[in-house]
Amino acid sequence: MVEAVNSDWKDQLYDSIKALKIRQVVYVPDAGHAKLIDRCLADPEIDCFPLVNEFEAVGICVGAWLGGRRACALMQSSGIGNAINALGLVHSTGAPFFAIATMRGEWGEFNGWQTPMGQGIPKALEAVNVVVNRAETAADVIPVTEASGRLAFNSYLPVFSLISQRATGAKVF
Amino acid sequence: MTTGSQNRLERRGAVHRLLRDRDPNLLIVAGLGSAIWDAETAGETPLNFYLLGAMGSATPTALGLATAQPDKRVIALVGDAELAMGLYVLATIGWRKPANLSVICLDNGRFGETGGQVSHTGVNLDLAGVAAASGIPTVRRVNDDAGIDELRDLAMAGPGPVFGLVEITAAMPPVQMPIRNGVIGMARFREALLGPQALKE
Repeated sequence: MVEAVNSDWKDQLYDSIKALKIRQVVYVPDAGHAKLIDRCLADPEIDCFPLVNEFEAVGICVGAWLGGRRACALMQSSGIGNAINALGLVHSTGAPFFAIATMRGEWGEFNGWQTPMGQGIPKALEAVNVVVNRAETAADVIPVTEASGRLAFNSYLPVFSLISQRATGAKVF
Repeated sequence: MTTGSQNRLERRGAVHRLLRDRDPNLLIVAGLGSAIWDAETAGETPLNFYLLGAMGSATPTALGLATAQPDKRVIALVGDAELAMGLYVLATIGWRKPANLSVICLDNGRFGETGGQVSHTGVNLDLAGVAAASGIPTVRRVNDDAGIDELRDLAMAGPGPVFGLVEITAAMPPVQMPIRNGVIGMARFREALLGPQALKE
């Protein structure tokens, strides 16, 4: 079960992806992204496929930009660290990089194994000069994510939209 | 040793043969380090994109490029240790199966740029075997000119994705530096591929 939260944003995120003219979506799945992944997989105009590891996301999204397409990566906080080493590719090329990550290990987390990355990864991203925009509540998710995407693609920056555990709904066991 | 053959090609000659009379529809993403010098000496063109860092990311970059440009042919030209660092991308290629992508791995069984230490492919790792087991349908192990010629045909016209393991000697030909600045490298590639309007996107 989860705490009751307004989860309309889980449907609306797909519209945000379309509004940002994103044609490629790669993901290491998380329950918070499940609806978005399903809708992207069903859209013939979006090239959507899973990754083994978040490290791949950076190269694939930069490669898509190299080929003239906007891309987006979906992941969970526990795997963001896998992408950090590859982010040098973004800084070194001036390509945009846009990721939407769902957070664990923070708001009422039950599983302590999630907390090392959940607590530390926003600071780690900032340490490597990635812009971190945080959606604290459900009402924030769409505006924060759309602004993050616009910032990434219009200003050629690496930007993570972090969706807090308060917005996704903390798992309660 | 998993690479049973004794014959090994000299790397630069092999890459030059692979890229001779280059088709203008071919896009190359080359990873550090010697694969870049090999591609650069084979013929400088804006349609080569070089990763002088972000080790392990050359093949993912080529995958993203191939999916964004399905009407072009894309080669990831990488060394064995560069590919091994991000080995799981082979599983993602096997899933997505981009028909226009070829991964060509120059395997000398060494970490060449760091002093020639023996790498995993020199002892136990068979990258062609991993590629096949990852669902990449066309896999070749190449160690002579005829193999290079077949790989060239497959990369340009064959059904992809293609994985070619080119067994090379440990010899290190002279370095020829390309444009090192990644911003310039990306801008000129995008302009050549997409036209000048791409620089305004």
